[in-house]
Amino acid sequence: MTAMYDAVSYSRLLTEITLGFHIIFATIGVGVPVMIALAEWRGIKRNDPYYILLARRWTRGFVITVAIGVVTGTSIGLQLSLLWPSFMQVAGQAIGLPLFMETFAFFVEAIFLGIYLYTWDRFKNPFVHFMLIIPIALAASASAFFITCVNAFMNTPQGFTLENGVIRNVEPIKAMFNPATATKVSHVLSSAYMTCAFVLAAIAAFSLIKGRSDKVYARKALKLTLVAGIIFGITNALIGDFSGKFLAAYQPVKLAAAEWHFETKDKAELIMGGFLTEDNEIKYALKIPYALSILAGGSPNTVVHGLNETPPELQPPLRIHYYFDGMVLIGTLTIAIGVVYLWFSRAKRKKPLPRWLLIAIVCCGPLSVIAIELGWIYAEVGRLPWILVGYMKVEDGATTANNVHIMLLLFCLLYLVLAISCIKVLAKLFRNAHVADELLSLGIEGGKRK
Amino acid sequence: MNIDILGISVLWIFLWGYIIVASIDFGAGFFGFYSVATGKKHITYAIIERYLSPVWEVTNVFLVFFYIGMVGFFPDTAMYYGTALLVPGSLALILLSIRGAYYAFSNYGSKQNVWYMFLYGATGLLIPAALSTVLVISEGGIIQVIEGKIVLLWSELFSSLYTWSVILLALVSVLYISAMFLTYYAHKAKDKPAYMILRGYALFWSLPTILASLFAFYAISQHNKEHFNNMLSLSWMFIASFICFAIAVFFVWKGRNLGLSFIMVMLQFGFAFFGYGRAHLPYILYPYITIREHFTNETMAIALVAAFIAGLFVLIPSIVLLLRLFLFDAAYVRGTKNKKGGKGSYGK
Repeated sequence: MTAMYDAVSYSRLLTEITLGFHIIFATIGVGVPVMIALAEWRGIKRNDPYYILLARRWTRGFVITVAIGVVTGTSIGLQLSLLWPSFMQVAGQAIGLPLFMETFAFFVEAIFLGIYLYTWDRFKNPFVHFMLIIPIALAASASAFFITCVNAFMNTPQGFTLENGVIRNVEPIKAMFNPATATKVSHVLSSAYMTCAFVLAAIAAFSLIKGRSDKVYARKALKLTLVAGIIFGITNALIGDFSGKFLAAYQPVKLAAAEWHFETKDKAELIMGGFLTEDNEIKYALKIPYALSILAGGSPNTVVHGLNETPPELQPPLRIHYYFDGMVLIGTLTIAIGVVYLWFSRAKRKKPLPRWLLIAIVCCGPLSVIAIELGWIYAEVGRLPWILVGYMKVEDGATTANNVHIMLLLFCLLYLVLAISCIKVLAKLFRNAHVADELLSLGIEGGKRK
Repeated sequence: MNIDILGISVLWIFLWGYIIVASIDFGAGFFGFYSVATGKKHITYAIIERYLSPVWEVTNVFLVFFYIGMVGFFPDTAMYYGTALLVPGSLALILLSIRGAYYAFSNYGSKQNVWYMFLYGATGLLIPAALSTVLVISEGGIIQVIEGKIVLLWSELFSSLYTWSVILLALVSVLYISAMFLTYYAHKAKDKPAYMILRGYALFWSLPTILASLFAFYAISQHNKEHFNNMLSLSWMFIASFICFAIAVFFVWKGRNLGLSFIMVMLQFGFAFFGYGRAHLPYILYPYITIREHFTNETMAIALVAAFIAGLFVLIPSIVLLLRLFLFDAAYVRGTKNKKGGKGSYGK
């Protein structure tokens, strides 16, 4: 059995599933505190209890998602050693620093989240409570920063030399701030902020459609989230463009595979959609002349490295094209829907928003999450067959243990149960707590502040 | 002091911290469920909940910190333990996940859900058992390198007396540490009925704790003579541990100086744990990994120590703030302060 046992595939699948599941909650963990901070700050500044309530209700749901984020994050952290021991041996020597610092950020976030949750009415000055969300938001983004450094290192390793499997000349700072760090970190952060803004907008739009929630409250929520979503979205798109230029310079194979760009040439066209036949012929695709050269180097004369220069066994799978297209399409679409909303809410201020627009906004929430998943799959699969590009192949990093498939099954079961419980608990939490009642208790609409 | 000793000391302190906070947490989860199952919820549950709620997330971080620090300072441990621990490690992770998630679900989401509470309580006893197997493995004889492959010998693991002694010790210490802490907390809260019950638990679990410790001593003398002899030469630490235990239990029995009593509990485990760890040196995994030969490269070690010191500047004030707001704030402990604004006061 041991000779035939495919620990690598099982390890890959288990890592993919864990990361795929964790990334949803990690994204919420990074973006939502920023949105909570925006709402609470606005509420205090304008003395508007609607926004305070918004912050409170978001926080309540946030805790549930944080719990899953923490446990799945712990899982992926330890799984790295359990499933990829040889990789972690190298990583521990070269990239231990950001891994270590990430736990400090995690610590700070954990401490202040506890404090924030239990001190809503404890301080006379509302700013004191507001100040407590800042370390949470900062630490959440900091931990995304540090952990993305590790991932960036896997894409463009530097700051060490490897001689016969022995690591020498380690420079921790250089390993941490490798060429991929800047674009990766900023893209991860901006996409998390953007996604969370759209997810929260989707909830507000949903309650407007259902008519269950207080109208003023839901419209304020919608406005805050969508304006933030557009700003983060545009930032995110700009950073995405930098990422393209980074790839062209440092990981041309990934870019070429994503764009089905086989011949090295200038004036390269960008390929959107379509599919690839078995002999690498592109069908039904939209080709935009010069666009790939412009994406890669800012000018149509930029020579773009083609896939044919890489030996087939070192090429990533060509299906990453679909992930890339899906991600870009969703990003563009959600920003467009946000802009349409702005137009409607300006031009016909008093009228209710059209139903189709609200439905479109509701769709933006899950779509944004899908875009995050697609983006990560694109980035990770695009690095195959390497686990440390240029240094270590995936199959050399995997465990040699024999029970990976059973663990795979157990973890799948765990994530399924967690997902169902999470949805159940969140739904119950908000169904039982009506906005109108809470507004009353916060002193709006004739109620007295309790 | 050598930097490798510094590294392992830092990690050992964090592991000790984890043992204390996690024991409180694991045991409290069990007592919480027990109070519901036996219809005593109204007496003790509020105390347990009031302590646990603001700190539930912090406990996990101690463990992650220890693990990441270990990989950073001693990267080869990732290779050996990572390969060998696939099954016990994954099981512990699944239990930890269930526990963490269902704590939040039952506390912030579906209150009164007995099934959620059961998951939380039961995992609290299984996790220490699963995690403590790592200590057994570190003693050697359980991991073997066969044809260049690292293999965990399951039959050796389960047939060793030491395994069972450590699991037993982990279980009873969790209940003992937790009950000792909650006794102190209930006393501070001036919650007499809860205090009486928790004090009973604390006294009840003190004797098994000492018996299990003696059993573990005996088992290790059978399993790893070298380590046992090293422990004998450090016997003053274990005697100090026993004296701390005696003082702690004495105060709880008399019902006074309970804060000091809990400090004694921490010292009791501190002495035993550091004595045990020091005797184990220089091995991290007997006989494969030592702290000197398998230490990370110098530059990374310096960077990690620098990051650690910088991190402490953020961490210590944060923890002090947390303790002041929730552990040493009389009004909060007594439950007279509005403790859960986040839940709003709707529907009342």
